[in-house]
Amino acid sequence: MWAQGNQYLTAEASQKLVAKRGTATEAQIAVSVQPGFHVNSNTPSDAYLIPLKLTWTPGGALEPGTVVFPKPQMEKYEFSDKPLSVFTGDFDLVAKFKVSAGASQGPGIMLGKLRYQACNNNSCFPPKTVEVRLSYQVQ
Amino acid sequence: MSAVRLGTVLLTGVLLGGVIYWCWPARPAKAASLKPDRERHAAPDFALKDVNGKTVRLSDYKGKVVLLDFWATYCGPCKIEIPWFMDFERKHKDQGFSVLGVSMDDDGWDAVKPFVNDVGINYRVMVGNDSTAEMYGGIEALPTTFLIDRDGKIAAVHVGLTSRSEIENGIEQLLQTPAHPAGGSGRVSLPAEFVGTR
Repeated sequence: MWAQGNQYLTAEASQKLVAKRGTATEAQIAVSVQPGFHVNSNTPSDAYLIPLKLTWTPGGALEPGTVVFPKPQMEKYEFSDKPLSVFTGDFDLVAKFKVSAGASQGPGIMLGKLRYQACNNNSCFPPKTVEVRLSYQVQ
Repeated sequence: MSAVRLGTVLLTGVLLGGVIYWCWPARPAKAASLKPDRERHAAPDFALKDVNGKTVRLSDYKGKVVLLDFWATYCGPCKIEIPWFMDFERKHKDQGFSVLGVSMDDDGWDAVKPFVNDVGINYRVMVGNDSTAEMYGGIEALPTTFLIDRDGKIAAVHVGLTSRSEIENGIEQLLQTPAHPAGGSGRVSLPAEFVGTR
């Protein structure tokens, strides 16, 4: 609903993915949350909270699989009675893929969207999305 | 004691008393949180549906003090303030005071209705939209709370979790101030394209 405005997080693929047709592979996505902010983890402690979620646009040589998130931090904030399951600072996500058996050899780009919802100690900000670009090379 | 000395002692006492009155930390911080009259601008009118599907217009609250709260169900700090606002509504509604909550949840009523029912919110809640947010300066941080005086002017803006006493002091001060008879509501009637419903 809201315009994207300020971003409180960046995300980028750590390196180009190189994989053979028909094999399973994975990519590391480096995420960095601005100091003073936190984002809900992929498994927030409250049903009303918006989880961190990485999705990929279908198409291309890579078939998206699961996304592995690091262990969340349980942090207590002034505005919450109980600790919240969050991510802060720098962390990595691991995105798993299968390279299609029929994929043609050569380079490609996979586009992903990382949706997050950030807060600081006394305010929360609308959910936002950052684009993640993953370059790959099918051998 | 001569008359001159007595006068000096009395004058010193009065001056000291004045200094203590103005500087004493326990003095309520009322004036600090409210803008002076001349710096207040009209609160933009809006028309939004409440949980029962009825249209709520800010202009319907002409002559009342209004606490307008922009919030969302995913916002932890907002959930601290909501019970305060429910108390304020109970405590001050007979004095010409109302709370209006504008949710900025992307999922609209699907997210907001269960929350309103779970918490038992006792004031009117609407679902806002981009144009409502833009009218109020492009709300980015939640909660953002506006105190609107009886003339329909924005007397205070609190961005983020604020102390309960600061908000309540502002409300109480505004309730003590009658509307200006000549000025009308002071609210701006916006063209239809700015008055969003959802």
